[in-house]
Amino acid sequence: MNRCKFLIVAMAAAIMLLVSTAAFAGEILVYTALEDDEIPIYLDIFKKSHPDIDVKIVRDSTGIVTAKLLAEKDNPQADVVWGTAATSLMLCDQAGMLEPYAPKYLAKVRPTMRDSNTPPRWVGIKAWMTGFVTNTIEAKRLGLPIPQSYADLIKPIYKGQIIMPNPASSGTGFLTVSAILQLMGEEKGWAYLDKLHENILRYTHSGSKPAKLAGAGEAAVGVSFGYRGFMQKQKGEPVVTTFPKEGSGWDVEANALIKKDHIKPDAKVFLDWAISPEVMAAYGKVYPVTAYPSGNPIPEGYPKDPQAQMIKNDFQWAAKNRMRILKEWTRRYDGKSDPK
Amino acid sequence: MAEVTGGLPASRLARVDVEGWLKRCLLLLASAWLAVVVILPLLQLLSKSLLDNQGNFVGLLNYAEYFSTPALRNSIGNSLYVSVATTIVSVLLGFGFAYALTRTNLPGKGVFRSIAMAPIFTPTLLNGIGLIYLFGRKGLITRGFFGAIPGVDIGLYGSTGIIISEVLFTFPQAMMILSVALRMTDARLYEASESLGASRIRTFFAVTLPGVKYGLISAVFVCFILAFTDFGAPQVVGGNYNILATDIYKQVIGQQNFVMGAVVSVVLLIPTALAFIVDRIAQRRQVALIQARSVPLVPKRDAVLDGAALGYCVFISLLILGFFATAVFASLVKVWPYTLDLGLWHYSFKGTGGGGYQALCNSIRMALYSAVFGTALTFGAAYLIEKSRGQNVLRQASYFLSLLPLALPGLVIGLAYIFFFNAPGWDVLGVRIPNPLNWMYGTMAILVLSNVVHFYSVSFLTATTALKQLDREFETVSESLGVPFYVTFFRVTVPVCLPAILEVAMYYFANSMATVSAVIFLYSADTPLASVAIANMDDAGDIAPACAMGVLVVLINVLVRMLYSLLTRGVKRRSQRWTIR
Repeated sequence: MNRCKFLIVAMAAAIMLLVSTAAFAGEILVYTALEDDEIPIYLDIFKKSHPDIDVKIVRDSTGIVTAKLLAEKDNPQADVVWGTAATSLMLCDQAGMLEPYAPKYLAKVRPTMRDSNTPPRWVGIKAWMTGFVTNTIEAKRLGLPIPQSYADLIKPIYKGQIIMPNPASSGTGFLTVSAILQLMGEEKGWAYLDKLHENILRYTHSGSKPAKLAGAGEAAVGVSFGYRGFMQKQKGEPVVTTFPKEGSGWDVEANALIKKDHIKPDAKVFLDWAISPEVMAAYGKVYPVTAYPSGNPIPEGYPKDPQAQMIKNDFQWAAKNRMRILKEWTRRYDGKSDPK
Repeated sequence: MAEVTGGLPASRLARVDVEGWLKRCLLLLASAWLAVVVILPLLQLLSKSLLDNQGNFVGLLNYAEYFSTPALRNSIGNSLYVSVATTIVSVLLGFGFAYALTRTNLPGKGVFRSIAMAPIFTPTLLNGIGLIYLFGRKGLITRGFFGAIPGVDIGLYGSTGIIISEVLFTFPQAMMILSVALRMTDARLYEASESLGASRIRTFFAVTLPGVKYGLISAVFVCFILAFTDFGAPQVVGGNYNILATDIYKQVIGQQNFVMGAVVSVVLLIPTALAFIVDRIAQRRQVALIQARSVPLVPKRDAVLDGAALGYCVFISLLILGFFATAVFASLVKVWPYTLDLGLWHYSFKGTGGGGYQALCNSIRMALYSAVFGTALTFGAAYLIEKSRGQNVLRQASYFLSLLPLALPGLVIGLAYIFFFNAPGWDVLGVRIPNPLNWMYGTMAILVLSNVVHFYSVSFLTATTALKQLDREFETVSESLGVPFYVTFFRVTVPVCLPAILEVAMYYFANSMATVSAVIFLYSADTPLASVAIANMDDAGDIAPACAMGVLVVLINVLVRMLYSLLTRGVKRRSQRWTIR
């Protein structure tokens, strides 16, 4: 009996607690896939100008954030998505989860970095692109030149020295494969990937893993994205990051407002801030391509004209053909399973 | 009623009847709780596998597609291969270790037991990182400790790596179940065997093995299923070797294809159902080993056997310790494997995400709650299922439900719980039913619940193994003496089973500290967790801080375990006095 009473009281208390937190105005829940080491830098800027808004952050890798968002579709928890792949947000949009919103400063944003609808469903903050992370110590030991192009990667000298993300598990993997197919055309693209497969030591499930494995000397070259390689170098790893001279595959990290019964005004305040010049300058310290020029010089190590480095990426085509490409890729390379 | 039983005093009859009802109600409650936390989320999963991505009913079309895709289909064989190999190795190693701990005069049993349990204290990612640092291309062993000795490349990535890490992961679980089984025995059987002139080997095969048959079957069952469903290690060291669990990851996390993810999850459930049937058939023959008149077995001194046991345990312990030493080393090194300066800078967690020490505190809280609630629920349910009479259908159903969570990868539990607990309500036949459990979503409660369910089966099997070896005579006698069953439960069953109960609590605690797969979907901004922090730091390339956090998790588990053995030494001695002759 007593236990029963206790349970009821506990449940009532929990419900009240929940209701009261939901009613607390100055609080928003933000889902993000931004790199873990970036978030505190940006949030400090936000706190300075908006000390009254309490930002709760849930940070996971892109795949998990997207899966979480889609799984919560019927009763969304997040108020805002911040810095998550535009391709993921397109999936959320297809599921009818995004509320169109035109944040302040939208007029400054490059047309390639935002949803083409007006008002847009998502607005980009910066782009990330395919880069090769090469371990200089291992490359020297093995007598390998630093790869500068896709064409370099299929040279026999790199056989068994390259690690690349599996496009069926990783967004970075997919944007690279999609870029190769868009650059070379499908027929030549697949022929190229066949040759590349010969040189691949292993495919990984995460896009940052190849860079890390290269940094730890597990492979000479990791096909990954630029930011990762530069951060690893900062931490003291013997790596150099290069970008394929044919052009890099890329995606946009973007923000969106989640469609809910009660959209908090603070969510819009946050979205306005998230593309404001003050934070754009911080994004621009480590990323060369931001939603609009950040005023910073290009971070060291990136090509002089990072915009030109990015291929003309047809997101619609990529989204429409994603399943077909992945199926074909899996049939060709993934079925072979054992690396023995 | 009174007419039929005639002679009995009315008051006594009434009490027995009330008791019967109480027991039935409790059993019903236990089944209902399992149904809510296991069946309902599973139904959601099953129904997903029959829909297309737009939510239209398509029948078995998804399954047809699954079986016609060679890349997906091949994973079934791969999964079976690694799981069978893991099971054989783990159960053999675990049996040897458990035997040494329970049936020989091995010195320092507590130390060896703690070392053997250490791998379940470990987040899988730490296992993965440790393996790479030992056996990867730049690994200590591969390169012969920086060239000091000739290196060996075992070809870690692929089935080899998966089997090694799964053995590491399942060995303690096999050891735990088998040592509970081996501890419970009747010395009279051995005396009889000896006086009949049977050789040691003969006694082993005629008395020891049949005595632990049930434990052995459980251990095989648990190792197989755990290896079959785990995805943490294969994701890190699996290379291009596809198995079912990583396929789910690819479908759900890589492609947001929930439908195909659900299909693979259902395929993953099939072996569990089969294993369950085998388990049931075998179990029907199980006889209680501890009878009311039982005499506990005290291992005799035997220089050869004790020496062999010591050698074996030292060898296994060194392997495990070597593994941890590597992880600790990796957390102290500045830049592996190029700048080998040692220092504590990775333990500050400044400039890394994941929540640092706050996350660690949260994890400890969550693990404590999971241990308390999990143990109470598991042992209570196991008792009701094992020691009630009648209600066979209900008991069988509850038993099956208790084993079902074992077959669910944490990833599947996590997603199913989002779908289930986050739903504001359901429309059933046009009637809107609000979800009474919706409040749990995003709180500590759902994290605890997911852990209790995720680690329910092994705990349940441990409790059942202990209970099974208690003679039913205890219940019969107390019933005929008019002692209510709950008095017997608290005064006989719980004290006798105390080692198993504490083992279960430790198991819950350690696993809850280390787990990632389910909670990564369920934690909220208010409840950051250490294990999730490890995953996120590893993801961000902060491998050394990730290792450091992993080492802290292991340290806390070891500390709690030491504290527990200190605190319970007295209690255990008192409650286990019956085992001393």
